[in-house]
Amino acid sequence: MNKENNEPVGSRREILAGMGLAALGLIGLNSAWQKLGFNEIKPALNPNIRKYKPADSATPFPNVTLYTHEGEAVRFYDDLIRDKVVAINMMYSQCSGICPKSTANLREVRNMLGERAGRDVFMYSITLDPKRDTPELLKQYADRYDIQDGWKFLTGAPEDIELIRYRLGFYDVEEDVDNIKENHTGMVRIGNDERKRWSMAPALSDPWQIMTTINHLDPKVVHTAEAHT
Amino acid sequence: MNNGEYESDRGNTVDSDSPSNESRRAFFKTTGATILAAPAILTSRESSAQAIPDESLPPSPPTRPWQRELPEEVEPLEQTDLSEDAYPPQGVANTVNGECGRNDHQRWDDFFGAHPLESGQADTYELRAEAITDYEFHPDYPKQLVWHYIGKNSSGGDYHNPTFHARYGRPVIVRLYNELPDNHTGFGTPEISMHLHNLHTPSESDGFPGDYFSATKAGPTLSGPGQFKDHFYPNVYAGYDEFPKSAKNPVGGDKREALGTLWYHDHCLDFTAPNANRGLAGFYLLYDELDSGDEHDPNPAALRLPSGAYDYPLAFQDKRFDANGMHIFEEMNSEGTLGDKVTVNGIIEPVLKVASRKYRFRLLNAGIARFYQFHLVAANNVQQSFTYIANDGNLLPKPLLNRKNFRLGVAERADIVVDFSLYPLGTELYLVNRWEQTSSRGPKGVKAPGMKVLKFIVDREPDEPDVSQVPAKLRPIRRPTATEIATAPVRYWRFERKNGMWAINDKFVNVRSAGANMAIGSFEIWELDNPSGGWSHPVHIHFEEGLILNRYVDGIEVPVPVHERGRKDVYRLGPNEKVRLFMRFRDFPGKYVMHCHNMIHEDHAMMVRWDILG
Repeated sequence: MNKENNEPVGSRREILAGMGLAALGLIGLNSAWQKLGFNEIKPALNPNIRKYKPADSATPFPNVTLYTHEGEAVRFYDDLIRDKVVAINMMYSQCSGICPKSTANLREVRNMLGERAGRDVFMYSITLDPKRDTPELLKQYADRYDIQDGWKFLTGAPEDIELIRYRLGFYDVEEDVDNIKENHTGMVRIGNDERKRWSMAPALSDPWQIMTTINHLDPKVVHTAEAHT
Repeated sequence: MNNGEYESDRGNTVDSDSPSNESRRAFFKTTGATILAAPAILTSRESSAQAIPDESLPPSPPTRPWQRELPEEVEPLEQTDLSEDAYPPQGVANTVNGECGRNDHQRWDDFFGAHPLESGQADTYELRAEAITDYEFHPDYPKQLVWHYIGKNSSGGDYHNPTFHARYGRPVIVRLYNELPDNHTGFGTPEISMHLHNLHTPSESDGFPGDYFSATKAGPTLSGPGQFKDHFYPNVYAGYDEFPKSAKNPVGGDKREALGTLWYHDHCLDFTAPNANRGLAGFYLLYDELDSGDEHDPNPAALRLPSGAYDYPLAFQDKRFDANGMHIFEEMNSEGTLGDKVTVNGIIEPVLKVASRKYRFRLLNAGIARFYQFHLVAANNVQQSFTYIANDGNLLPKPLLNRKNFRLGVAERADIVVDFSLYPLGTELYLVNRWEQTSSRGPKGVKAPGMKVLKFIVDREPDEPDVSQVPAKLRPIRRPTATEIATAPVRYWRFERKNGMWAINDKFVNVRSAGANMAIGSFEIWELDNPSGGWSHPVHIHFEEGLILNRYVDGIEVPVPVHERGRKDVYRLGPNEKVRLFMRFRDFPGKYVMHCHNMIHEDHAMMVRWDILG
């Protein structure tokens, strides 16, 4: 964006793109206006926040079954997160917004991890479009980006994916904003389950900076800058 | 003025518009536009997002108010003679003996000579960051874990989050040991970088976010881990090169640049909100010939503001507690956890018994994301007057008399003088917050009667007559010349959120790469712009303070509030607000940062490194 462009978050182009891809295509023009709030002034608190709230904050991660791009069935908490250092983002194969750059950035992170990927640090990308993104399609996506091992692309039942998205904190508190998929978060949830310690970093950050956060949370790393170049 | 109104300071008019009114006005303005302006409508809807209550958490359990008393006096931290230590402080990091790999102290030889510190050369202190497992925020809540900086009090005991009393012209060295448990589980991370906000402190002692350390971990901008880190606070005025030290200028620098009310807190990259909220924060008060900390001072230049027991720092932190009364912070919530309980110097709803005389209070918003509009009220909620003397630790040129409320964004400070001699003994007064806020995005409307956070009881006559005063003139200010303003390069910074990410000029924090490079001795105009409707961003610039030249709301210039006409280091940007600052870049080259001091935003990359090139 240039300096004179004072358009706020969700610039004109992005919102129109969002409407074109999601809102207009799926719900029609009329309700799109409603989605944009033309008929109501007071924004609605996203009711899903409560719906998906864990009963016990000590166990934030559901143990639902997901499917990797290699066709393997895995349980979200037990197989992917328990006692691990992880980096998790959300994307979908048809995304033409922030996903391509995010995936390319995270591939650089993957390369910096080298042998640590899949051994000390686990990378996951979960689709926001589980109906379309089958394991086969995610495999094609991973191949297109030349993704090596140590990084799983995941899909599953839409309701399970939605539950995971909320548990990762990857929602907007405003329901209408949350409903537009192109607004989806560009954050990578980075954490250490054993220490119950979590942060996040924008996927569009300098990959070196993302590595710094991962290294901070990986107890095996002493010097957060020297473990990668 | 009605009870709920804010003294906006906008010129001579009383502007009762609260931020929510402003955004509502903006909303109607945009809905009046053509239907094709759909993106603008979405924007306006975002601007009202802050009205959404944070219903994702139940409220903290109730507490019975006024159960605990604050001490009558906040004593200064005792020194520890580090020159007698087995490893006295030195210019180069003492990595072989346990110091983390910081950069060399700048100008060490100029201040102390080419040798380790010798006795009497500096005021030296020792702090230990420790986990305290039996801390009581309130007797109705269980004893629980906090992290505190522990120093030494006058009787040799532990002094939690101590208050430094420092003096211009006397350098300070603080040795900070990190004794937090490295196997800690839960929110917060046991690596720390202590930032002194906002001393004119060289980069390697500033508490740069990437300089976090522990015995087993080194932040990305350190060369190695360590048990401790030495911080060198020169306590010279900004402008040290321009106004050199001399017989007539014994401190060195421009004495108009003095700071008084500073605070230190953890600034660990990605974890400032949980770590500071765990309790790692305290005051650093700085005195000089003018603001000498002695109301009896015979020096005719001295201001003789209330001093000693009557110079009282008050730190406010918002915290959230679960149904069992345990402190929580949701690291998994992208917008963090807004506290609904306010601790005052670590205690919920305390009482401060005061003598019937003048007090100087130094109020600090040390929380994560909550904003305050404080009113001093009597038991019947009638507002009481006080004198406002300093913002962000800087004494104003003249005191602001008969004030009835003031606002504090995150990390902002206000010094006020309250005269309790106006009240009969036994009078009870309350400090109340009337700025409503239900999400971490920012405050909304102002509403009386507000939430009582602190109770004063005027319970005694002073031991001696009150000789303190608030003179008609406080500290002169150096303003830029017309030529300087006309020739200053303008740098634009836009604070915004997109796809759940907080950015500055479309970029995210990168601690190894500067987003701006300033030649030493140069000056610029910085524009800080918050065009994104629904968010408040209290922006903090490290190391150098600025002067607000202009303020804008919705692109329209508004008068700069009177209390913001001194120097500042936190710039409160409400929705659709912009400020233009005049900044100088002086004395100590190195890396510094600018960031949103909503700690949730700063932890999630709304930060930019900027450097001074020597």
